Amino acid sequence: MLLIPCPWCGPRDEAEFHYGGQAHVAYPENPAALSDEEWARYLFFRDNPKGLFAERWSHTAGCRRWFNAVRDTATNEIHAVYRVGEPRPVTA
Amino acid sequence: MSERSEPMSGAQPYRREGATGKTLRFRFDGRDYEGLEGDTLASALLANGVRAVASSIKLGRPRGVYAAGCEEPNALVQIEEPFPEPMLTATTVELCDGLVATGLPGQGRLADRPDPARYDAVHAHCDVLVVGAGPAGIAAASVAARAGARVILADERPEPGGSLLGTTETLDGGPGRDWAAREVAALAALPDVRVLRRTTVVGHYDDNYVIAVERRTNHLGAAAPADVARERVWRIRARRVVLATGGHERFVAFAGNDLPGVMLAGAARTYANHYRVLPGSRAVVFTTNDSAYAAALDLADAGVEIAAIADVRQAPGEAWAARCAGRGIELLTGHVVTAARGEGEVSSVEVSRREGGEAREIAADLLLVSGGWTPVVHLFSQAGGTLRYDEELGAFTPGETRQAVEAAGFARGVGGTGARTLRACLEDGAEAGRRALAAAGFAVPAGIALPSAGEEPAAAPAEHLWLVESDDYDAHFVDLQRDVTVAEVLRATGAGLTSVEHVKRYTTAGTAHDQGKTSGLLTSGVVAHALGVDVSELGTTTFRAPYTPVSFAALAGRDRGHLHDPVRVTAMHEWHVARGALFENVGQWKRPWYYPRAGEDMESAVLRECRAAREDVAAMDASTLGKIDVVGPDAAVLLDRLYTNMMSTLKVGSIRYGVMCRPDGMVFDDGTVIRLADDRFLVTTTTGNAAAVLDWMEEWLQTEWPDLRVHCTSVTEQWATVALVGPRSREVLARLAPGLAVDNDSFPFMTWRDAEVAGIEARVCRISFSGELAYEINVSSWFGLALWEAVMASGEVTPYGTETMHVLRAEKGFPIVGQDTDGTVTPQDLGMEWIVSKKKADFVGKRSFARADTSRPDRKHLVGLLPEDPGVLLPEGAHLVETSALPEPPVPTLGFVTSSYRSAALGRTFALALVSGGRERIGERLYAPVGADLVPVTVTSHVLYDPEGARRDG
Repeated sequence: MLLIPCPWCGPRDEAEFHYGGQAHVAYPENPAALSDEEWARYLFFRDNPKGLFAERWSHTAGCRRWFNAVRDTATNEIHAVYRVGEPRPVTA
Repeated sequence: MSERSEPMSGAQPYRREGATGKTLRFRFDGRDYEGLEGDTLASALLANGVRAVASSIKLGRPRGVYAAGCEEPNALVQIEEPFPEPMLTATTVELCDGLVATGLPGQGRLADRPDPARYDAVHAHCDVLVVGAGPAGIAAASVAARAGARVILADERPEPGGSLLGTTETLDGGPGRDWAAREVAALAALPDVRVLRRTTVVGHYDDNYVIAVERRTNHLGAAAPADVARERVWRIRARRVVLATGGHERFVAFAGNDLPGVMLAGAARTYANHYRVLPGSRAVVFTTNDSAYAAALDLADAGVEIAAIADVRQAPGEAWAARCAGRGIELLTGHVVTAARGEGEVSSVEVSRREGGEAREIAADLLLVSGGWTPVVHLFSQAGGTLRYDEELGAFTPGETRQAVEAAGFARGVGGTGARTLRACLEDGAEAGRRALAAAGFAVPAGIALPSAGEEPAAAPAEHLWLVESDDYDAHFVDLQRDVTVAEVLRATGAGLTSVEHVKRYTTAGTAHDQGKTSGLLTSGVVAHALGVDVSELGTTTFRAPYTPVSFAALAGRDRGHLHDPVRVTAMHEWHVARGALFENVGQWKRPWYYPRAGEDMESAVLRECRAAREDVAAMDASTLGKIDVVGPDAAVLLDRLYTNMMSTLKVGSIRYGVMCRPDGMVFDDGTVIRLADDRFLVTTTTGNAAAVLDWMEEWLQTEWPDLRVHCTSVTEQWATVALVGPRSREVLARLAPGLAVDNDSFPFMTWRDAEVAGIEARVCRISFSGELAYEINVSSWFGLALWEAVMASGEVTPYGTETMHVLRAEKGFPIVGQDTDGTVTPQDLGMEWIVSKKKADFVGKRSFARADTSRPDRKHLVGLLPEDPGVLLPEGAHLVETSALPEPPVPTLGFVTSSYRSAALGRTFALALVSGGRERIGERLYAPVGADLVPVTVTSHVLYDPEGARRDG
């Protein structure tokens, strides 16, 4: 079980969190202006890298805040956590 | 089971002199025996001369005790008393008075009665977790604990000492086990140290999250106190983990290596020294390394005649060879055992020079085997560590890891020449303790006092032998528990398999209860031999948790029976129970399902309740509907974005039904929205979806629209709700709320009013989920029962449950999200085009309604179905086909039944279904395959009752 450093509460067991998939996939400004393909990309396409991945987590059984984390999907190491709206930090 | 022909005298003929402890009685395979306190079932059986303990799973060959710990591949037993438990190893079952057990043919039986014992779980944190209380583990724990770190020391055995328990080694001039006992007792007395005995660490996960299982009362048998948990699962988060897990001895593949009487040399040594049991009378020893010499000498001291030692090496350790000569033990260097022979157990051993030549048969009832020692790297590997092959050791040892974990002592191969050396393990453990301290941020003490170990002879290199070559490999066992032989491994490699993972799956080697503890590396070795490659190139199969089997009861802990999941009940629950309601689980809620009267079955009760709601007046406890307070200046903006229809135009005092979709346009939830003030709405959700809808709102607010000033609060449990339904509901409400103008003009459909109902402050909503004139009366949940009792007091109002609610809403074609929808259904599919706003520029899901997929003509639509026989009730989930006879499979399906009921109002059965192009099929006949029949049905509109909506105003 991961130990996830919630930026608001500190390190907590993974069981307290819900996973939210890839981070920085914004709801399109004007969906009506998108082609079907562009809209389908927003709906259905996500990255699936081996290595560093910026992803969303919600501390549902704690402060109930959403935040972002950069996790290495191969090792499960969390390299950074940061609040919603903040840019993805530079990680090694 | 067989016994040797010439037992020694006494009740336990193979018990050594000087054994102490209380006599315990037990029964095995229907025969009564005696053992001693401190025995395992295996040692007690050996003391009584029982050789064949179980039979093998595939071939039914007799099998005896092979090891002395959890690595045992053979001696699987079923416990019958004190409580039935299948598939335990006799080597880990502590003997208790009255124990009844039987040997197993590879598979056991589950208990036929509920387990009365308690199981529990503990969460713990520590600076340093040390796994294994052998010499390295004790040294590591001592260093860490004496510097003030919070230490947990876990060991699977009843007493500390690990490998020291099986040897005659001395520390500080006394028996090594006495040093271990003293040292661990001193550690346990420290305030920040926890010593867990009988505790197996079974799983090592990310961020040093470690699962251990503590067996607290199993060894007490019938005397186990009922108020102490039988087993406890420890969930430990450790800053640093030291794995001092030691090693397992492995055997060699030769003909008959599974016969009872063949035993690992180290195990025999443990039986002789620790349990004071002789596993036989006359032994041949077969070894590839020096460690078996110590075993042979200890057994000789204990009274076992050592007929010969066959050592595959030309040059064993000189000191050992000299000791053997001194004892008159014949040493056959460069020799191998080519076969163990005997009827049901070993009676002779065939030995020959390694390069071949004449074989010699030596009479013996015991064959001790050592193919070298394999470090127990399971946890290190589980934790994500890599393994590397150690040429000298002939085994895999821990390599790199990202986690704060390290192996110490023999677990990382210290000792190096096939077995551990005591001094090196103590020093390595202490060093690991120092590193753990430093890593955990503690000051590291300068000097460490280690006990003085006795002299150990210089070791000679081991030779790594996996199998004794032969023309016939059918009785060269590689995995004893799975009955896998060298012949089968060769079949696998002959079929072209070159990976040990593939060979494992092809042969099942390593997949048994013991997970290949003694056989995994041997399998790799035989595969390497067959392929002509080095075992280091092949690696091992993946190590996965649990290290040893864990009972489901331990994992369940207290989460059993009524504690399995929280139970939520409404304020009116007691009343429902008292009136004999049957309950339905909706999420965690207990909802009244129906209220049968004397002599009624479900069908007749539901028909009666439905008639009351349609023709008279009835009431339902609707408290479980999810309720969310949406408050703030931008509350209306949020709801406009999340619902498909417009909410901002809703007037204070009014109510609107709404549907929410996911961005893909599929229905996610539905419910009503009540406007309480300009900046305040109360949103209701389906019962099972309340938490998900709140999560949904919070997610959008936090991640996409943080600029919106809105707060969402769950108020589901703050309100109790009574739905008052039926043509006479207005007159009942008027009596209960004399101050409320209830006429249709004053209190129209889809509005709400504050009022006093039965003297209780209430919010009354005119909402109908049945199509009838209806009210939902909401009060503080403290007064829920009082309100319900007031509604019921006149005796005119029929209580109804969820089944009637379902029938009433289905007659009207109102879908239930999650029953009539499954995440692939749009509002348009449900025939609810009207709920999708054309005016709003955007809302979640809108763009998807313009996708080609959501306008396909063959999308499944919600329609009604009328079975042609009005008495036939379709099963929910039944599929629908076009033809009256089934074609050859695959049969194209048009859709499926989502809801199906008997209707009092329609006087017949009916169903709702999702049917491809369903609205264009109205009037068509389709068929539902049910069992062997094809039931003809007619497609209709999904609204079957009062389609013009004439009844809602009473």
